[in-house]
Order: sequence, then C-alpha cells, then structure tokens
Amino acid sequence: MTTEVGSDTDVKKEPEKVPEVQQQTDQPDEPADSAASASADQPQEESQSAEAKSDQEASPSPEPSSPPAAGGQKKEKGISRFLPPWLKRQKSQSQDKPDESSAPPKQESVEVVKEEQEETNQPKEEVDGGGAVTTSTEQTEEVKEVREESRAEELQPEEKEREEEKSIGSADTQPVREEKEDESEMEEKEEEKKEEEKKEEGKKEEEKKEEGKKEEEKKEEGKKEEEKKEGKKEEEQVIQQEASVLSTLKVNKKMKMVVCHVTLLDGSQFSCEVEKRAKGQYLFFQVCDHLNLLEKDYFGLSFKDNAEQRCWLDVTKEIKRQIRNSQWQFVFSVKFYPPDPSQLTEDITRYLLCLQLRQDIASGRLPCSFVTHALLGSYTLQGELGDHDPEEHRLDYISDFQFAPNQTKELEEKVVELHKSHRGMTPAQADAQFLENAKKLSMYGVDLHHAKDSEGVDIMLGVCSNGLLIYKDRLRINRFAWPKILKISYKRSNFYIKIRPGEAEQFESTVGFKLPNHRAAKRVWKVCVEHHTFFRLVSPEQPTKTKFLTLGSKFRYSGRTQAQTRQASSLIDRPAPAFQRTSSKRISRSLDGAPVVNVSDYSQADGAGENSPALELNSDSKSKLRVQGENIYVRHSNLMLEDLDKTQEDVLKHQASISELKRSFMEATPEPRPSQWDKHLTGSPATTLRLQTHGVPQNTPPRPGTDSRDASKSAEVKPEGNEVIEVVEETVVIEEVVKAKPKSSTPEASVPVETEVKEERSLSSDSESEDEAEYHAQPPSTSISTQQIKEEPEEEQEAELSQQAPPSAIESQPSAEAADPGPAAEEEKAAQPHEEERTDKPLLTPDEAPNGHAPQGEAPPSPQTAAADEEEPHIVNGSASRVETEHLPQVICCSEPPVVKTEMVTISDTFAAQKTEISTKEVPIVHTETKTITYEAAQLDGNGDGEPGVLMTAQTITSESLCTTTTTHITKTLKGGQSETRIEKRIVITGDSDIDHDQALAQAIKEAKEQHPDMSVTRVVVHKETELAEDED
Amino acid sequence: MAELMSGFGCFTHAMVRAVPQSLARDALRSGGLEVDLLKVQEEYEEYVSVLKHRLGLEVLELPADEALPDCVFVEDAAVVCGDTALVCRPGAQSRRRETEAVKAALTELGLNIVEMTDESATLEGGDVLFTGREFFVGLSKRTNQRGAEILADTFKDYAVSTVPVQDALHLKSFCSMAGPGLIAIGSSEAAQKALKIMQQMSDHRYDKLTLPDDSAANCIYMNLPSKGDVLLHCTPEEFPESAKVSHTHTHTHTHTHTHTHTH
Repeated sequence: MTTEVGSDTDVKKEPEKVPEVQQQTDQPDEPADSAASASADQPQEESQSAEAKSDQEASPSPEPSSPPAAGGQKKEKGISRFLPPWLKRQKSQSQDKPDESSAPPKQESVEVVKEEQEETNQPKEEVDGGGAVTTSTEQTEEVKEVREESRAEELQPEEKEREEEKSIGSADTQPVREEKEDESEMEEKEEEKKEEEKKEEGKKEEEKKEEGKKEEEKKEEGKKEEEKKEGKKEEEQVIQQEASVLSTLKVNKKMKMVVCHVTLLDGSQFSCEVEKRAKGQYLFFQVCDHLNLLEKDYFGLSFKDNAEQRCWLDVTKEIKRQIRNSQWQFVFSVKFYPPDPSQLTEDITRYLLCLQLRQDIASGRLPCSFVTHALLGSYTLQGELGDHDPEEHRLDYISDFQFAPNQTKELEEKVVELHKSHRGMTPAQADAQFLENAKKLSMYGVDLHHAKDSEGVDIMLGVCSNGLLIYKDRLRINRFAWPKILKISYKRSNFYIKIRPGEAEQFESTVGFKLPNHRAAKRVWKVCVEHHTFFRLVSPEQPTKTKFLTLGSKFRYSGRTQAQTRQASSLIDRPAPAFQRTSSKRISRSLDGAPVVNVSDYSQADGAGENSPALELNSDSKSKLRVQGENIYVRHSNLMLEDLDKTQEDVLKHQASISELKRSFMEATPEPRPSQWDKHLTGSPATTLRLQTHGVPQNTPPRPGTDSRDASKSAEVKPEGNEVIEVVEETVVIEEVVKAKPKSSTPEASVPVETEVKEERSLSSDSESEDEAEYHAQPPSTSISTQQIKEEPEEEQEAELSQQAPPSAIESQPSAEAADPGPAAEEEKAAQPHEEERTDKPLLTPDEAPNGHAPQGEAPPSPQTAAADEEEPHIVNGSASRVETEHLPQVICCSEPPVVKTEMVTISDTFAAQKTEISTKEVPIVHTETKTITYEAAQLDGNGDGEPGVLMTAQTITSESLCTTTTTHITKTLKGGQSETRIEKRIVITGDSDIDHDQALAQAIKEAKEQHPDMSVTRVVVHKETELAEDED
Repeated sequence: MAELMSGFGCFTHAMVRAVPQSLARDALRSGGLEVDLLKVQEEYEEYVSVLKHRLGLEVLELPADEALPDCVFVEDAAVVCGDTALVCRPGAQSRRRETEAVKAALTELGLNIVEMTDESATLEGGDVLFTGREFFVGLSKRTNQRGAEILADTFKDYAVSTVPVQDALHLKSFCSMAGPGLIAIGSSEAAQKALKIMQQMSDHRYDKLTLPDDSAANCIYMNLPSKGDVLLHCTPEEFPESAKVSHTHTHTHTHTHTHTHTH
C-alpha cells in the first residue's frame, strides 16, 4: 500500500502543474455545472450511466437537459485523464503565448465555426435545455474574443478535473484494490461534488438514493439497488481509473445485478456481482483485483458461446451483449503468452502463467516430449510442494498432479527423480525454470484454429506473437511473420491475409483460408489483429513511443501492447505480493476440504485454456447483418519503418522522456487504445482525398465546429445529453492533417498536423455513414476495400457505415471506385439501417464538409509560421472536446436536433511545432520523436490555402480493428516551392454505447502526436453519432 | 540435465558403417560417375580416424553388409535428438533393412527408440536438418509428408517445418549446420530457394555460410565436451572460418549425430 501511495503522488505531480491553477477555477465551475444540471440526481446517474443509458426512457425530458451537462463534465474528465500531459501543458502554453502568425487564421476559422455552431446549437437547446446551450454559446463567444483567457479559465477547471481523475486513476492503477478503497471514496466524493455539489459522501449517497428513487421511479428498483449501484460505481470508478475508461462510470441505476462465475487458473471459482450492463472490463478488473494481479494485460476472460466455442470477452463492451443468452460463466486465462516470461515483473504473474501452461500441457494443447513433461512436472512439484521430502513424499504424492495428457507411471517416476534434484529451489525459481523451458516449446502461445486451404485441405492456423503459422497436421508448412503481412481480413467464412511482396516479387499476394463458419473466421481475424497489436511493435531496444506507434491497433481488452504493458509494469513498485500457490492438487492433498478438486480443476482449466479469439461474435444480435461485412486490418509498414528509423538523438530523447511516459501510462490507462490508434494512424497514409474528406467532416456537423479552443463547445457537448438518450452507436472520426514544410527553418514547427475528430450522436447514424463513406473510399486506394469494424453489437452501425461509404467515396476522388463494392456488401447486410442513414446522411455531409475545410485552410498558414504553441493548445482543446465533457474549454459547439441528436465538435488549430521549452518538457512523447514524414514538396493542401499547389502524391490507407476504422490520407503537395505533407486521419469508432469517446479521442490525438512529432495537429473534429437505440436490454 | 532443448547438446558418440564392396556396383546413384571404391575406402578410413583420434569421440563402427550397398550412409537410417532415436523408413526400397543394425546399435546406447511403423511413411535422415532449435524436413523423393509427421510426433518439443527439395537427393545434399545458428548452404538455385523457405518458416534467425559448391555445404558441426565447437567439412577449399577445423576427405557422411544433453 505504501508503494501505491507513493505512486499516486508521483503521478499526480506531473499533472499538478497545470491543475493547480485550474483547480481554483474548477471549484467554481463545479457548482455551476451542478446548477446547470438542475435535476441533480438524475444528472449524476445519467452522467455515470451516460452512454449505457438503457433504462432512462421513462424520464426523457428531464434527463436530457441535466444529463448532458453532467455527462459532458464527466466526459471531459475522462478526456482529461486520457489527455497526455503535454496536451494539458499546451493549453497553458497557449495561454502564455498569444497567437502569432498562426493565431489569426485560427480565429477566423473559429468565428465561422461559431456561427454555424450557434445555429446548430439552437436546436440542441430545445432538446437538451436552454442552460446547456447558452453556456456553450457563451463559451464560444469568449473563445472568440479572448481565446487565451477563456482557455485559462474555463479550461483550467476541466483540466483540474482531469488531473484529479488522472491522479486518482494513477493511484488506482498501481495499488491494490483494497487499499484503494479510501482513495476511491475520495474520488467519488470529488465526482459527486462536481455533479451535485455534495461534499459528504454519506450525505451524497443518501441523497442520491432518495432522489434517484423519486425521480427515477420508473427505473428505481429500490434503495438497495441504488446502493449497490453506488457501490458498483465506486468499484467501477476504480476500475475505470485503472483502465482509464470513463464508460464504466456510466452505470444505470436501473441495472440489475447479475452474479458472474469465473473459473480461475487454479481451478477455483470466483463469483462476483455485476450490473447487468457492466462492461467486461468491470468483471475483468474484479477478477484481477481478487488475484492481486497487476500485469493483467496478458490475461483475459473467455466464455462459451451458444455453439460452445470459446470467445474472449471484450473488455470494452458490455458483458451481456457478448454472452448473449449464455450463462454468466467465464474463465480467466492467459490471452497473450509472453515470449519471454522472465521479463514479467512480478512472480505472481509468472505463477499464473505457469498455471495456464500446466493446463495447456495437461490438456495436450501444448505438446511436449516425455523428457519435457518430466522436467516441467518436476518444477511444478518443486514450486508447489517445495523440496522433495522422502518421508512425506511417497510414491503417490504426485498422483494428484497431472503432468501430461497421458500420464504414465514411468513419467511420474521420472518427475520425482528430477524433483529431488531441485532441492533448495524456491517456488519462484521453480516457476521461472518451468517457464524458461516451456517457452521454448514450439507450440507455446500458439492459438490454433481449424481451417482449410484454398484446395480444401485441412490445415491449422496458428496465431502467435511472431505472426501466423500454417500447420498441416503437426507440420509447419508455412509461416507469415507480422512484418510480412500487409492486411488481414475476413469475409464470410473466409479469412485472408495480404502478403507483402518479396524482394523479387512485384505484386502483393493474398492468401485465403476457409474457416468452418463466419464466426470462426472472425475469431481468427480478431486474434490476429490482437496479437499483431500486442506483439508486433514490441522492440526491446526501443521502449519508446515507436513501439506504441507500431503496435497499432486493437486491443480491446487491456488495450495495452506488450511494450506498453512492460513499461507500465516496470513502474510497479510494491512489495512482492504474497500469494498462495494453491496448486489445486496440492490443496486437495493437504486440505481435504479444498473446494475444488485438482483433477476437476484441470479439466475446467483446460476448457479455459482453449484459445477462443472471437469476442463479440455471439453478443451481437445484429451480427447476422455483419456476417456479410468484411473486416480488414491493415498494417502500414512504411510508416512503421519510418518510426523505427529513429536517430540516436531521438532515441536518447525518448529515453529521457521514458519516465514521463511511464507515469502517463500508469496514470492514464488509455494506453491500450492508443496503440490501436497508433496503428491506424500510421497505417493510413492520407492522400489528396483529404481535402474532400476534411471538408465533409467539418461542414457536416449540424453543430458547427468551432475551434477546439472554445470551451463553450465543450459545454455544448454536455448538452449532448444525448447520453440521456441511450446511445446506440457512437462514431468517432479523427482526421489528421500533417503538413510538413521542408524549407522552414524549424521543420517541426512548420509541420502542422490537423486532426479532426468528429463525434456525432444521432438516432440515425448519418455521421457514421459519412465517415464510413470516406473510409471506404480510402480503402480502395490503399488496399482492398475494408469495411468496418467488427464489432458485432453495432452491426447496425456498421451497416450504416457501409452505406455511408458510397457518398464518401464520391467525395473522395480516388477511392470512390474501390469503396463502392465494400459499401454495397454492407448495405446488403443492414438494409434497414441504411434507409435511415441515408436520409440523414445528406444533411450531415454538407455541413461537415464546410466546417472541416475552413479550418484546414487556415491551418496551413499557421504551420509555416511555426507557432507551435497554438498547436498544442489546440490539441489540448481538441482532446477536451473530444472528451465530450461539456467542460471542454475549446470544444466548439454542438447542436442537437430534437429527434436526431448529432453533435459536432470541431477543433481546428493551426500551429507550428512547439518549440517552447515547456512544451518539450511536458510533452516528452511528442518531442521525443523527431521523426518527420519526409515527403518532399508538399504544401498544405489546398483546403484553405489560396494557392492551389501541385499534388505530388496521394495515399490512402485504411485499417480496421475491432471497433475502429482508421483512414489515413497522406497528401504531398508542392506549393510555391514548398512541399507540404498533410496527413489526415479519420478514425471511425463503432461500438456500443459503452464506447469511451473521450479516451478514444485522447488516444488518437496522442498517437498522432507520437507518430508524427514533427507535425502539428491542426484540427480535431469529433463527430459522434448516437442512436436512441432501443436496446432491448 | 538442467535444461531441455539446449541446442545441440554435446557430441559423445559417432556411428559409422563400413563400406561394402557392393557400393561401387549396386549403390543408388544420381550421377553416372564411376565410384572409385579404393578412394572411398580411403576416405572412410580417414574419416573414422578423425572422429576417433582427433576428436576423441567414441565411434561405433557397424560392419558392412554386402546386401546393403548403401549402408555406409548411416545418416539416413536414424535421427537422434536428445535421448530419443527415430529409426527411419528409407524411401528407397533397397535401403529399408539398413535400419536394423542401426536400431540395434542405438538401443544399445540406451536411447529411446521410436520406429516408423506406418507403411506409407518414408523418411531418410539426409532430409532432416536439426538446427538446435527446430527441425527442417526436406520433402524429397526419399521423404514424404507422413514421414515428416512422424518425426514431428516423435520430437514434440520442436517445430518441424517441411521444405520442398528439388534437384537434389536430400535436403542436406546442399546444406547443413555449420555451427549454432549457422547454416551452411550451397549456391545452387535449389539450395538458395530452400534456404529462403527455411528462413521464412523459422521463428529464429540463422546466419548463413554460403559455399560455391552444394556438396561442400554438407559438413558436420559438433559440440565436443573436450574441444568445443568443431566443424568437420570437406577438403580445405573454400572454407574460411570455424576456428577449429578438421579436414577430412569425405563427401559421404557416414555417421549419426548423437546428442546427449548435459549441463
């Protein structure tokens, strides 16, 4: 515990700088927020439940008004958590440094945005409530007039909150849960204060309960439930903090509790009550807490679907949606086998890995020779029983252990013989020896899937840390290392990998495999994407950002890549936790009463041991539609290579900033996602298309995008209160435009990066459609059309995306053709959604386009000026806005139509690279990498620039992960002798209401920064679509 | 034995088989060249001498069997790794019985004997390349998929990858291990192609020692308790490195690697 405290303090320290100032402001803000929320109780609930919103149907009108604000705040907080320290600082810097050259353009753009936003806002007001709208508008105005001031004041509060959360989160991450309780309580208090102004927890709780009952009679199931909920909330908060996922916070009071049964690695059962709507994360963290496990990223929970197939529980999604009608029975097991277990930080982690491997061996999943069985068995005995005791350890003392699938007397004798030779070895040493030998086994960590090759021959696909292995019977007949794979996709029951052309080859080749069914194909695909994400970028030599970048995407569970996890675990500073090596067998032997029989345990474990990649397949009812859809995961080697090509200086820089990174990791759990984003970002080179795409997004927003700087927008976001309404689908689009100016003396400054993040929530998934559209378009150019994401639950969304894709394709010149096919397929899948989407789409697109363009145009100039300060601030703002919290200082605006709620948040900043010392210090990550995308001659694209420029090259890359689709356009333009490289990234996140947009956005921004440190983020547009979905849940 | 799969382990024994008179007349041959029996015998003598006296190995010399003209190539009769010996089932009908004597000798050494009972399986040791970390099995005229599967079942700790062999009798007709993580490879197209496949199939990285002559790439690497790393290769024509090299005029390897893990 002491260690935990220390860690907390450390974490807090960093954020504190900015926060301190902000905190002062924050307090005032909090009251205001509470006032705005008015209906107090509900807002809290709503905010917490926020996206989850299942039950709130009953009290729609009140909720919308109050909830939005609350939700917004929370979101912001969440965002703040995610926001890298540098973002925060940037804001502060921006304050210090007024706009130089870049500033003017921004302001202009901002104004334009404002107008739009205001217009859009009005509708929202009607829907959400005047208060929120007004606030938003006011904020925007302030921003216009005095950006700096507004930032300082308004932003500060948000930042403070963020920081607070971060600090909390950081604290939580490291420490053990139990000790955390106090902290968690504190946290809760803070939150409550913010929301309700209640200072005392007890009072708060009581009040909440009472109020909740009164107001939410419909929902209310009783004080007990509320209490439970609160308790859950607390727990969830802790979890969230750890995971840095806000979504968890959003818990509906209405939710019912369900008991989950989890089979642990030692065969024992762990039961835990969970809200029906809880995300996998909640349960997973509960289990990890129970196990006292910190290095949890290697593990996962799995369940059996209706087809008795083992599926991984997606931590970021609701449990209920995944397990469908199956029982709430889960198995805790290793998901990612660390290639070098000796690099694990804690013995307890190694012990759990040992337990998993013992299962794998006993079940035959991990084949080994007789000698190996004997040796590993002897280490097991040494670890579980200690030194061999001739008197106590009779012949039958090992009969309870299973060392091999077919255990013979001969084997047992050999095991005993070897056991004797291990005298003096500690349990931890025995485990380490066990792992050192087990890791060399050829099937260690290989996740096998039955398949057929193109000729119908039975083969096995083995997914491992290094890539994809193809087996025929026991023989390895092919191997595709991750670097060799350009794209992973599946369509129906087919699984495809696109192979990078060899030295002598000119063309990429695609290898297809036939899986037993669609689900199996998707499962393999998911496992591949996850493993690639988790392992691919790991480069021991470069612990720095590069890894993150490379890693890429998806990893929903822990979200962390192995590199990240290693970094995080390197920060673990607690005394080695005491744990019982209750090898099930041993217990049974020594303790008659041992609940679980060893043998039985194994069997259970075995089941758990099975690797079932697919997470979501079962859960989505809409999956049917999806089946037709095609998911493609793209890895972009080029960009990744660039990242790798760091100079020594860069490396040094990285190292210097490692400590900070670590802190940030621990603080903000968001890391996992970042990896995803990173991949996406890197993966997709933007092309000329960008302009079009940009324009679309920006304009689209019914709520005009204002500068991210504007706090008002953030406020408006809150109104989105859409949260009140159940959010069915959420889409986050992030577009980055990076402009690199070779000529500029300060390259970094010169290169601006525009990041557009759009979040729209609407009943109709209009925005999504557009996003997808663009998305699709892009895919064609880069790689085969990809469709969306794989989240099954959001099938509808996907469908929408696909539909939308067509339009986007049109907009995007190059990819349009390619895009068409993909969309069509998707359309077929979800016909219904399409209709709705289509109607909405038209409207949205136009709006978005305008907005986006304006900002971009402005952005270009700024980069040249090299006003780094502005950029950072923008980024900060952007992140905040993205958080959706209403507080976000710079969030531009959001307007929500009554029926369809769409929020557009556009943040555009033009800035040069940040040269300020402060910035560098604070933003270690960014500066660390000096890598610049070296596209020659490119000007800012012509979005806003009067100068047309000559388009040199254009690339579009699309990548998909579980729930995210990233499209990157890289455009090189030659303008007036200057070359500009613009990278525009659009990230579409499709997911349940549970998606944490804030985190996603923060991640995206962070990743973008990391990937292209030399470039500046000039625009962030968050487009979120939410359907009032009618979740039957 | 503290560690499993510790690469090659240490070499303690060598198995050879005398040259039968029938070799010159009846042995299977891919080329039409005349076999100089005397020359062969000379080389054999020297080979055994080196193993025995210069390397200090315990050499098990099996008597020649005139009914088995190819019996001098004991490598094809069995694959030994760790404490297990897989008795092969040669693809050439005329060589099937070569395994009998070899099996007996290996049994005598206390190795766990695994026999290939599957009538459809063929495997010759010359197609089996053990790198210390994994196996590569050449699919040739003499070795088929089934044979490779049985080998994989026998040595479960290791990955077993198949490599198509073209334009050569055996996989090891153009390659062999020249040291830990070092593959000696010939320059022929077939050799280079096979190397590429092996590199792609492996999780491990291997250095390569490219030799102008495919046949020169067939050498014997040994880790000897007393002498450390030893490379036994053909005449000193184009062989650079290897600190300790013994020269032997043997283009026919008649031996079986016997690894015993010690540590």
